[in-house]
Amino acid sequence: MRFFVRRIVFYAVTFWAAVTLNFFIPRMLPGDPVSALMARFQGQIDSHAKHALEVLLGLDKQTSLWQQYVDYWQLLLHGDLGRSFTYFPTPVAQIVSQALPWTIGLVGFATIIAFSLGTIIGRSIGWKRGTWADSALPISAFFSAVPYFWLALICISFFAVRLGWFPTNGSYDRSMVPNWSWEFIGSVIYYGFLPAATIVIASISGWILGMRNMMVTVSSEDYVTVAQAKGLKERKVKTQYASRNAILPQVSSFALSLGFVVGGTLIMESVFSYQGIGATLFTAVSSHDYPLMQGCFLVITLAVLVMNIIADFVYAALDPRTRQEG
Amino acid sequence: MSAVPTRSVWTPGQVGRVAEPVLEIKNLSVDYGFDANPTHVLRDVSLTLNRGEVLGLAGESGCGKSTLAYAATRLLPPPGMITGGEVIFTDRSGDQVDVLSQSDQDLRASRWQDMAIVFQGAMNSLNPVHRVGRQISDALLAHLPNMTKKQAMERSADLLDMVGISPDRLRSYPHQLSGGMRQRVMIAMALALDPQVLIMDEPTTALDVVMQRQIVEQIAELRDRLGFSVIFITHDVSLLIEIADRIAIMYAGEIVEEAAAQDVYRRPRHPYSDALLHSFPPLRGPRRELGGIPGSPPDLANRPTGCPFRDRCAHVFDACATVHPELVTPAVPGDDPRRQVACLRHDPARVAAGGYEPVSVPLELSIR
Amino acid sequence: MAIDLTLLEDTPDVTTAETTTSGKRRFVFLRNSKSFTGFAIIAFFVFLAIFGKMIAPYDPNALSTDLLMAPSSSHWFGTNQLGQDILSQIIIGTRSVVIVGLVAGVGATAIGVLVGVTSGYIGGIGDEGLSMLANVFLVIPQLPLIIIIAGQLPSAGGLTVAAVIALTGWAWGARVLRAQTLSLRRRDFVEASRASGESTWRIITAEIMPNLTAIIASGFVATVVFAVLTQTTLAFIGIGDPYDWNWGTILYGAQNNGALDRGAWWWFVPAGLCIALVGMALTLVNFGIDEFVNPRLRSIGMNARTLRKRGIRPRIGFTPVVYEAPGASARKTELNHSEELAVQGIDSANGRHSKENRA
Repeated sequence: MRFFVRRIVFYAVTFWAAVTLNFFIPRMLPGDPVSALMARFQGQIDSHAKHALEVLLGLDKQTSLWQQYVDYWQLLLHGDLGRSFTYFPTPVAQIVSQALPWTIGLVGFATIIAFSLGTIIGRSIGWKRGTWADSALPISAFFSAVPYFWLALICISFFAVRLGWFPTNGSYDRSMVPNWSWEFIGSVIYYGFLPAATIVIASISGWILGMRNMMVTVSSEDYVTVAQAKGLKERKVKTQYASRNAILPQVSSFALSLGFVVGGTLIMESVFSYQGIGATLFTAVSSHDYPLMQGCFLVITLAVLVMNIIADFVYAALDPRTRQEG
Repeated sequence: MSAVPTRSVWTPGQVGRVAEPVLEIKNLSVDYGFDANPTHVLRDVSLTLNRGEVLGLAGESGCGKSTLAYAATRLLPPPGMITGGEVIFTDRSGDQVDVLSQSDQDLRASRWQDMAIVFQGAMNSLNPVHRVGRQISDALLAHLPNMTKKQAMERSADLLDMVGISPDRLRSYPHQLSGGMRQRVMIAMALALDPQVLIMDEPTTALDVVMQRQIVEQIAELRDRLGFSVIFITHDVSLLIEIADRIAIMYAGEIVEEAAAQDVYRRPRHPYSDALLHSFPPLRGPRRELGGIPGSPPDLANRPTGCPFRDRCAHVFDACATVHPELVTPAVPGDDPRRQVACLRHDPARVAAGGYEPVSVPLELSIR
Repeated sequence: MAIDLTLLEDTPDVTTAETTTSGKRRFVFLRNSKSFTGFAIIAFFVFLAIFGKMIAPYDPNALSTDLLMAPSSSHWFGTNQLGQDILSQIIIGTRSVVIVGLVAGVGATAIGVLVGVTSGYIGGIGDEGLSMLANVFLVIPQLPLIIIIAGQLPSAGGLTVAAVIALTGWAWGARVLRAQTLSLRRRDFVEASRASGESTWRIITAEIMPNLTAIIASGFVATVVFAVLTQTTLAFIGIGDPYDWNWGTILYGAQNNGALDRGAWWWFVPAGLCIALVGMALTLVNFGIDEFVNPRLRSIGMNARTLRKRGIRPRIGFTPVVYEAPGASARKTELNHSEELAVQGIDSANGRHSKENRA
């Protein structure tokens, strides 16, 4: 129980910290460009929306900081993230909620594939230490250092432009109307394949290296030798003794490096013009759409937190020691 | 085995019986390191374990006693490597097999049935994510294909009961057990397939004295009941006196003395055994003066010539610097002819062959 | 960031790692071939960063009439749509990458050491608070945060970017250092100096810090990788000054001027390769440090080819048996390697192979 209470407190604090950070960033940075942009929308904007934007962007200088903070939380709890400048007057919340499923589908799916595949490969390399498998290490080191967006450029230029196997950008065939037909789903898979494959290739080597190192470390634990001494089948020693324990730190490092991985994969969306949160964030950045930027950041953080909580549950299910009372 | 113990700790020395070897280690050599300059941690070590006996293996840490046990079972982790020798295991039916030349498949099949091991740290010997019951029964299921999971669990419960742990502990995870309980679980696990040889590597080191004593008594009682042979490894010689029939003392990767337990205890013939006996308080019996052994064991990576113990020895003489001592019968009249010692004081022939003047056995090493 | 720093937390014995076999282990990670390769590559780029202006064949901003030319003898890496020489842009851009990497690395490491060591040393509420702070920074996606901050700044020059990276990227290091400090604090030698009345400052600088060197170094290297990736990513999405050449700005130009559709691979391939090379070099250096810190990862003498030649298959639970020069069991130093190796382990190893294949 103690484990769960600690984790819940931690997530509450993290969420609070992310929101507070989001509150302070615009207030600490020079506000002139924001005021200039706001001026552009004078007259087109109703007083309620104007107030929301002022609270979000820190332009309500006449009220006390505490009052601003309270107002800010009130807006968020009502799901009001302000209006986007770029897609004026569409509310940010609406843009974000349209983009989110695409990102969860693409990034979530690809990250889970990369994690599972990388863990399986790393497990084999770590188990077969001192054999040809070790030569996979420098290759993994290279791929782990490749910038995600560059790999995307290479994949597009080769598979999409040169070979023409995949579309260069987009998330589905624009001539279709989104629906649940097989044809449309097929189009989504076709358009999503290259971005997903790129994410997998770019992020897999980190998981391979991590699991390989854990496997090597765990293999020298006594219980693995005991398992061999008992005459268990090789496969059983490898899966139930070595990798069953090596996976624990792998899962906790999955939780911790998620923020990093998600950050990197979001950029893929912009390279592929994939209509997710990442691409939205970069559109917002390039057009100085501050409310949209903040909304995207908040949603991304929330998504990462939720994935962390899931990873925690998985960890607790895998490690009996966390379930201990007291 | 027919001997009925009158006490919980049996009387050591069933010397009168016909010795029938169950495990013979012959000229075993072990290197550490796969590169061009390995460290020779064991050199031509020979040791015989007889059926039904408890053989104690003692020495300071780093002397190679655990290495010997792990190499004999081929469990030594990389970069350990066996570079020579034989390990002959004799079955109850008299069939012999060399463990070192067994194929992996045969070795895997015979493990735990022929020889089982209780490792040093019980905490690390149990898989932390599986229940105790599962860990005992998977050994059973691996070797007894006809057994059902239910039968394996029942047998595991019996085993736990045998070492004095309530069978409902089958559903416990290792972290829920105390150190002593974990070690008992390991013993139960080791006995699961009724092995003929049980190797115990410092099984009581991490435990407190009371627990040590209980475990040792338990092993003694189980040995009498089930009739397995034990190699008991420890740095605590006084503990060995309590339970071992025979004791082998190791130093710098070699066996320097081997004799019946009482002989080692009352009549040590090697200066190192003598020193080792004085560095631990006996568990029982009269109090005696304690003294550490000055100096430290030689670096095995650059082994000195001659006798490895000479720098720390009180009885060193000129021949020790160049002549390497081999195991011989001690030069003390009336000694058991089966006991052996590797000290030049007891081997005038070798000293003379090396071109030195032999020196007599000192008084301390010829106590009757 | 591929280095798995969580590993370090699982091996609390940094000090014992050094004592395994005498003092010659001290700079073992420099003799490690992986680290050496890494250092060589880094040295090359540092050289470019210092002497780039002298080496670069052209002014990276100079326009010419050779528009979008494929690599040739006059332009080794070709030209872009304005006729600018790409090789020169890469050479000149090295400096910015190296400086931002170093500044961000030093900054983040300094914050990490401060937070990590303090939190590990003081313990109690202060520790809870600081480690919570570090974990919060770990979980919050750094890149979007950096993008938000840098994107709202009116001008994001190299040093601003470095500062933002340092302020957001210190948490990994702090976390690992905290765990290590915590275990060091309970060691006898630290307890002893505390009992003898040494000042806290002295205990930290003289007793604890020297034992953290390897971990600090590894954290620094990992942060530099992160900084290089982040900086180029920011430049690639157009945050920062497009005339402050770095490898990211080249890629930004390529992406936004249709290099992909025009098949101008020379425009984006070299810059990305440089980023990957620097990242790989630093990761290799960290392999060396990891093996230094965690002896279990060391593969001294575990070169796959030599092992195979000698018929050794290193495995847990099946010690290889190799009788070299039969009968003469390593008795003396006369191990004659030219002699026929009677390989015992190999057929059993093969037997296992075929068994695995069947499975």
